[in-house]
Amino acid sequence: MIALLRRDLILAIRAGGGFGLGLAFFLILCVLVPFGVGPAPATLAKIAPGILWVGALLACLLSLDRIFQLDAEDGTLDLLATSPLPLEGITSVKALAHWLTTGLPLTLAAAPLGLLLNLPPQATPWLVAGLALGTPALSVIGTFGAALTVGLKRGGLLISLLVLPLYMPTLLFGAEAARRGAEGLNATTPLLLMAGITAGTIALMPFASAAALRMNLR
Amino acid sequence: MSIWKYANPAQFMRTTRWLLPWLTALAVLSVGTGLIWGFFFTPDDFRQGSTVKIIYLHVPSALMAINAWLMMLVTSLVWLIRRHHVSALLARAAAPVGLVMTLIALITGGIWGEPMWGTYWAWDPRLTSFLILFLFYLGYIALWQAVETQDTAADLTSVLCLVGSVFALLSRYAVNFWNQGLHQGTSVPVATGGRTVADVFFYPLAISMLGFGLMFIVLVLLRTRTEIRARRLQALLARERAAS
Repeated sequence: MIALLRRDLILAIRAGGGFGLGLAFFLILCVLVPFGVGPAPATLAKIAPGILWVGALLACLLSLDRIFQLDAEDGTLDLLATSPLPLEGITSVKALAHWLTTGLPLTLAAAPLGLLLNLPPQATPWLVAGLALGTPALSVIGTFGAALTVGLKRGGLLISLLVLPLYMPTLLFGAEAARRGAEGLNATTPLLLMAGITAGTIALMPFASAAALRMNLR
Repeated sequence: MSIWKYANPAQFMRTTRWLLPWLTALAVLSVGTGLIWGFFFTPDDFRQGSTVKIIYLHVPSALMAINAWLMMLVTSLVWLIRRHHVSALLARAAAPVGLVMTLIALITGGIWGEPMWGTYWAWDPRLTSFLILFLFYLGYIALWQAVETQDTAADLTSVLCLVGSVFALLSRYAVNFWNQGLHQGTSVPVATGGRTVADVFFYPLAISMLGFGLMFIVLVLLRTRTEIRARRLQALLARERAAS
């Protein structure tokens, strides 16, 4: 499992895959938004938590189809499926690798980008905590979407459509936590609810992903 | 009557051929009665005026939009567990009907909302969860269309339906947390038996709901029959290609 994780990480970083892409997208979005809505600090502060969350989510969506696509094309996925490692383990590792290459950098980048968007300082810890807790769920759910569409030629658009409604609860609680943080309220409740969703998806989604993968490889 | 008997498409076709005309007649009759009674023979509401009559389209279609997904969930489970082919086809046939029902509920809701709430759309929990349901239907249908191998498509969409149901429920209650509702609560609570709709409005509404249910069944059966015929045709063509 560790070997697979290391291989995925190295491929993602060296092959110029999703690693830079998601981050760059996030940066571009955060730079463009002030041009779109105007530089008034009050307006920016109001929408910053939401923009940062939506940006992180879209950046995450962007790299989803890479999770299995390349492996499926060159046959690595078939080898992995016949290896002693259960498919549930493989999907978990893939999700973890995806999170390490997109979710984690996005979380780290969110704080400095928050400055660009005039995010109120008291909201930053909530936003970062929310992203740290929420992005794993995005990766795990995204892996499920990727597993569903692995055999398709043009899976990219379809993944977005499939995964979009599944992302809704996470986005809702995450943005809510950041918004409450921005208003100086205590945001523990939405944060805990989101952590619950994340824990549940991490526990259960690998089984659904593995099932979908098995159906696709049959 | 066992549902396993109908895993045989020929048996399914025989039964539905006999059943379909009766069901169609009943559906037309009750939708017609419900709507005509509702639109022309009920008084206007003292506050909402004649816009209240949208209820005869709005409530039944919303009801069927949710029940269609429920039916897809059950038929998907039956397919996954017992490889009941007709069951998978029923799930596939129900999806577009459910999609249209969701759309009708959303559009009539908007038309009703404009004079009553002053807006076509509000990010109210119920409205939002219906929009999410709409997205689920779209994704489900798109996945059916995209996968070429029929059995794989049935498998994948079934898994999507199961996972999607969990998330649909989750979002339904998550949005309550997010925004307070503009939409009223249910007018016909089944659990408590009481209702807040006066009898004059309720009877045509009940008939209309029944009619929409029957219409849904008719459309699903019709679409399933079409699908079975299409597969027979494919099988025939494949056989001819193999022979020549």
